[in-house]
Amino acid sequence: MVKTTRKWWPLFVLPTLLAFTIGFIIPFAEGLYLSLCKFTTINKATFIGFDNYVKAFSDAQFLNSLKFSVSFTVVSTLLINLLSFVIALALTRGIRGTNLFRGVYFLPNLIGGIVLGYIWNILINCVLSLTGQPLLALNADAGYWGIIILMCWQQIGYMMIIYIAGLQSIPNELIEAAQIDGATSLQTLFKVKIPNVMPSITICLFLTLTNSFKLFDQNLALTGGDPNHATEMLALNIYNTFYARSGAQWKGIGQAKAVLFCIMVVAISMIQLRATRSKEVQQ
Amino acid sequence: MKKKTRVFDRILTVVLSLLCIAWIYPVFMILMNSLKKETAITTSSAFELPTAETFNGLANFVDAIGSKGFLSAFLTSLTITVTSVVLILVCCSMCAWYITRVQNVFTKLCYFLFVFSMVVPFQMLMFTLASTSDQLRLNTPWNICIIYLGFGAGLAVFMFSGFMKSIPLEIEEAALIDGCNPLQTFFLIVIPVLKPTLISVGILETMWVWNDYLLPYLVLDRKKYSTIPILIQYFKGSYGKVEMGPMMACIMLTVLPIIIIYVFCQKYIIKGVADGAVKG
Repeated sequence: MVKTTRKWWPLFVLPTLLAFTIGFIIPFAEGLYLSLCKFTTINKATFIGFDNYVKAFSDAQFLNSLKFSVSFTVVSTLLINLLSFVIALALTRGIRGTNLFRGVYFLPNLIGGIVLGYIWNILINCVLSLTGQPLLALNADAGYWGIIILMCWQQIGYMMIIYIAGLQSIPNELIEAAQIDGATSLQTLFKVKIPNVMPSITICLFLTLTNSFKLFDQNLALTGGDPNHATEMLALNIYNTFYARSGAQWKGIGQAKAVLFCIMVVAISMIQLRATRSKEVQQ
Repeated sequence: MKKKTRVFDRILTVVLSLLCIAWIYPVFMILMNSLKKETAITTSSAFELPTAETFNGLANFVDAIGSKGFLSAFLTSLTITVTSVVLILVCCSMCAWYITRVQNVFTKLCYFLFVFSMVVPFQMLMFTLASTSDQLRLNTPWNICIIYLGFGAGLAVFMFSGFMKSIPLEIEEAALIDGCNPLQTFFLIVIPVLKPTLISVGILETMWVWNDYLLPYLVLDRKKYSTIPILIQYFKGSYGKVEMGPMMACIMLTVLPIIIIYVFCQKYIIKGVADGAVKG
């Protein structure tokens, strides 16, 4: 069977592979090379070695946004996973209205980051002006917590769905056996439920970590990095380095930052997957 | 014991209902503002309901549809989403089938690259991708789907091949022995079995393409085309100069179709999300 199928690769694999080459492989390889160049367009690039990387690390703005991104990612990942797990537990008890609740909590995921950012921009500015505080454009703290609230509002529903699926796949006998053995509901939670939903926790942590760290749309639409780049996250910083600064050297520095960013995201994903995979139990 | 849990469940229901209101409120707020007159929409009065004096009927919606390029942006978004998702579903399911059935170094390398592409942030490619697509004339709503195919292939191939590993080989072998060529086997035997996964992948990719901002912003020829997220971001950029009423109506007009589709397809959408996670 494999033999007859093998000859058919131009039809089965080639279209996707061609598009993948145009959309991913070529830009990725070019990006790697250009991070070592000084350029304004791809055809006018001169090789300058690791100069861009040195400059990227000496850019205070870049380091600031790295700090902002890391702190935002840690706080939002913890909050989102904790809250969505608690809601998932509440929604697997079989209380009335479960489907409605689930449906409503998931809704924000269908609305795009730009629109969400704009809606929350109006809402938060209204709260700030009613309480007599400076608006988002001048208020870095409000911007930080605003993005966290917005991300919780959007992502809790998504993670909740995954946790619910995980909780429902635990065999009932396991929970019943624990109860017969006299386990309290807290013990059942920590000794039976959580170890058995470890695969869901792995995937949710992975999704929230990478989503938060790579966040762009919501950041752009809610605060746009204001005031004075104080709420600028890595992705937005790279974007601004490319398109908002004049001067021949900035595109190269932006590309070097993007490569660093990419390495960070890949490293975080690998470490996280390895760390939580080892805690999963086999059913 | 039983009474205690019942009381607890009541309290829980109340808390969850309150949360529900908090979840719906932002959208409700935009709806209320979209019904107000221009002068009544200010930063500090966003929470107020429209009164008899400030109520503007559907005038803002008429304005928004009539001007501001809303309709053309809506059509562009629709074109891009439909062509891209169809292309992704057809090409990636075929590719995933080949990769899982024919195991060699080449297919293993492909699979690894597809999975790797899911992790890489868009900022890594954005500049080079934008200029490549300009050279290849992929900057129109009809051609941009090729880029989406390349970019969406990671998730789609990953999910499809995760499912295909669980399809028994015997059925396909029987079809081949009966004289089907691989193409017939794929479309007559594999696709029907694959239907639930096709729906799941379709939903995930639709959610992504419809809401995507940066890729079309950088790749599309912006003098001629814009998508809905681009239009809204453009409005926000010109804060103060823009009429807020039609703007609010614009947001509602983008959110409403999504909510309507969601109400009817909720089951599939939620299943799609759960499936997407399990295969990880």
